[in-house]
Amino acid sequence: MLIDVHAHFFHPRTPRADWRERNDSRLRAGDKMGVSIHVASVLGTWGLTSPVYFPSPADVTAGNEALLVLQREHPDSIRGYACVNPNYTTHALQEIERCLRAGLVGVKLAASRRADDPLLDPICELAGDGRVPVLHHVWQHRRRDWPGQEASDAVELCALAARHPNVQFILAHIGGGGDWEHSLGVVRDVPNVLVDLSGSGVDGGMLEACVAAVGPERLLWGSDLTMDTGWAKLRYLERLLSREDLERVKWKNAARVFPRGAFPSD
Amino acid sequence: MRIDVNAFVGGYPFRRVPGTSPDALLLAMDRVGIDEAWVSHLPSVFWRNPADGNAWLYETAAKEGRFKPVPAVHPGFPGWERVVAEAAAGDAAAVRCDPTYHGLDPAGAELRALAGTCAAAGVPLQLAVRFEDGRQRHPRDGAPEFPAAAVRALVRCDAKVRIVVTHADRGFIEEVHFGSTPADAARVWWDVSWIWGPPEDHLALLLDTVGVERFVFGTGQPLRIPEASVAKLDLLELTVEQRAVLESGNVQRIHEP
Repeated sequence: MLIDVHAHFFHPRTPRADWRERNDSRLRAGDKMGVSIHVASVLGTWGLTSPVYFPSPADVTAGNEALLVLQREHPDSIRGYACVNPNYTTHALQEIERCLRAGLVGVKLAASRRADDPLLDPICELAGDGRVPVLHHVWQHRRRDWPGQEASDAVELCALAARHPNVQFILAHIGGGGDWEHSLGVVRDVPNVLVDLSGSGVDGGMLEACVAAVGPERLLWGSDLTMDTGWAKLRYLERLLSREDLERVKWKNAARVFPRGAFPSD
Repeated sequence: MRIDVNAFVGGYPFRRVPGTSPDALLLAMDRVGIDEAWVSHLPSVFWRNPADGNAWLYETAAKEGRFKPVPAVHPGFPGWERVVAEAAAGDAAAVRCDPTYHGLDPAGAELRALAGTCAAAGVPLQLAVRFEDGRQRHPRDGAPEFPAAAVRALVRCDAKVRIVVTHADRGFIEEVHFGSTPADAARVWWDVSWIWGPPEDHLALLLDTVGVERFVFGTGQPLRIPEASVAKLDLLELTVEQRAVLESGNVQRIHEP
């Protein structure tokens, strides 16, 4: 069993003319790598009619709807996060309720609003009520603002996690750019934040540092935009971890933080 | 046979990196089935005269037959021609230059002179686009990335120069390849370490559009785990012959007259 907690898919209402090829490529590569479940999010229309990280309510709904269609088409291999824009609080809450009822298994917050902003509190309360995790896009040690996103770093995510101790948060793509050493230092003592190993970064020493910081029980395997690097990290972990700890990272931790019944093994 | 054209020994100044000793590199090579590695001395990239690390590098490589040294050269430093001459006379796989870390214009007169000297000596010139993801670099690591325009300029400046570029992504490779004549592009080789696999499939696309013959296996280890480059190839639909040329055949052709 191998659960990818950080996947993405495209759909017809995106700028990608090759959206179908990219989706097929992810599934094909996943088959080769042994991925059992892709837990994915769709960020609106990926920029077609509103910005990727600031999706309009209509685009949020379109993206989540596309993901629900994919989940229905691939019931054995695709699960999804409801992605919302916290600036539109009413819509965000309604969308989470709708999507969880329809079968999505988590909440995705990208970079529409800083993680420590009070606007995220009602969203996290709803996630807690639904016992679903919140995957939060993180810029590892953001030292300045970056165009196109209101990115958060681990300090801000951990402030949110401290306000919602009963919610499980997933710090996104530790290998996705920025200073992962800083993030690991921040999350070390925050028990309801797990670290997702996805991202294109395959730095020597990063995986050892992740294990040292939070232990194998708070690590989740994922790929994000590059599945080759995800597979590389998995291969490295096969030598770094005991069989039992490897199984935790591959799927058991995910099975613990996602709602019961989210995956076939539950 | 698998040859890594992009490996380092020695510490990195901007963060702690495990596995930087020659013995650790050998262990990592064994772990992922790499038979031979082109090895650079990482600390000297950041020295005033990077050639000061070459003696140790040659000595280290002489003790270990699986290492092919890639000595470093600063073409603005007096006596730099000797580095190329030593490389040609010895067992060096190439010479490397990291001009943005030496404060040199990557397409300037010094680099053009270096390219010409390498061409005359029959020594490939190795250039790295970057060492780390730009988003994570140390606040004091401000050297610009090596620009694609400079690769185009250098390959044009001498009809015999051969260039091996590491850590380049799809956009960079396409810009150089399709911005060069076929004859010039045929003297540039690219390592696969920074090219994305699925679902974007940049590597698969480049093998199709640029050609399998232009790519070589490289990892960037120990700054990056070498499993990544192996996984990239494992995710491709390659024939046995294509895999063999990517992993070793093309490297051997770099030195053919």
